[in-house]
Amino acid sequence: MEKIPILRMGNLLLVTIQVDLYDRLAETLESDLVQMIKKTGARGVLIDISAVSIIDSFMGRIIGNIATMSKILDAETVVVGMQPAVAITLVELGLPLNGVLTALNVEKGMELLKKKIAEEEPEEEEDHGDTE
Amino acid sequence: MKNEAIKIFQKKKKAVLENWMKFQLADEGLREDLMSNEDLRSQSEELLDAFIDNLSDENIDDPANSAFEAIVDILSGISISRAKQGFSPRETGIFVFSLKDALLNVLQQEIKDPQELYVQSLKIIKIIDSFGISTFETFIKGREEVILRQTDEISEISTPVIRVWDGILALPIIGTLDSARTQIVMENLLQEIVESGSSIAILDISGVPAVDSLVAQHLIKTVSATRLMGAECIISGIRPEIAQTVVHLGIDLSQVVTKASLASALKTAFGLLQLQVVKKQKQQQITE
Repeated sequence: MEKIPILRMGNLLLVTIQVDLYDRLAETLESDLVQMIKKTGARGVLIDISAVSIIDSFMGRIIGNIATMSKILDAETVVVGMQPAVAITLVELGLPLNGVLTALNVEKGMELLKKKIAEEEPEEEEDHGDTE
Repeated sequence: MKNEAIKIFQKKKKAVLENWMKFQLADEGLREDLMSNEDLRSQSEELLDAFIDNLSDENIDDPANSAFEAIVDILSGISISRAKQGFSPRETGIFVFSLKDALLNVLQQEIKDPQELYVQSLKIIKIIDSFGISTFETFIKGREEVILRQTDEISEISTPVIRVWDGILALPIIGTLDSARTQIVMENLLQEIVESGSSIAILDISGVPAVDSLVAQHLIKTVSATRLMGAECIISGIRPEIAQTVVHLGIDLSQVVTKASLASALKTAFGLLQLQVVKKQKQQQITE
């Protein structure tokens, strides 16, 4: 069965969706990702949807769900590279994905995730802060 | 046997044309600046030829007859071109209805029996009236085309996306926001965000005359879409009256960053990008 790969980069998980998602694939991704967060103890999830050109309300909800689930498992989710048409569709569907962090591209998404994680771990980061 | 009136018109075509031209030229509203007399004459002659040639025993009693389609086509062409040239409806109306006067004038000269004259006149009046109606239909259609084209032009002109700084886009909105325009604004803005990789967009609404709940909803949608793309959206240029209406309408703008002026929005944007604007002199002092 087709699967979307989940890559691990340090304490982050990287998901790049290269195909147009259908419902089954999205559900698999959801459960795989949650399992993966649990297994690796990842602190952040980056989902790149720059290749997704079609989205429906179900997909919008899945993305929202992933963000909420990750949050419960103490991992931040950033959705990056959303196409203008997809953004308009989501807004028109009434799914502004309020709980989800977004960024323009993978680079900015990474930056944002690192910043968020650093904010959450002030004690560990403090030492680095002093030396800077 | 051919209808009396048709025979007269075929025989007296020249007289009808002269009469018609006389009526048209005698009118005060003649627009020599828009169309020369020669052009008017050839236009009139073409129409009259088509009219008299197509007139027959079968269709003289029936203004909706398919034989008149050719004439209606010519009339449509004339009235559309007149609408685009800027003729007034009155002037276009006179063009068609003075033909009626000319035709009736000739009939009056030729037919001596009052009963017969009345019957024939009635038929001609009916036909010309139906021409008049279709002329106005197409005249208004022509005008609407002009308006539609102008609306398109305005919406294209009035939604520029400006790159004010590296990573900051500004979009001054001028004029009323409706659904169609919001769609264009949103698409332009999102496209530009992708192309320029900007992370902040400033939506300046100082040129929007009024904000009602629909416009506010459109604005919130645009802001949400920008956020989904991963950029921050600031709304600036909110006039006091607009702030009042927004509150009175009970619109929740708490999730949207709002600023009074474009300058303060830009300042906020600089702050978000961790940029600072410093006076040159001051900088020198620091280095000294």
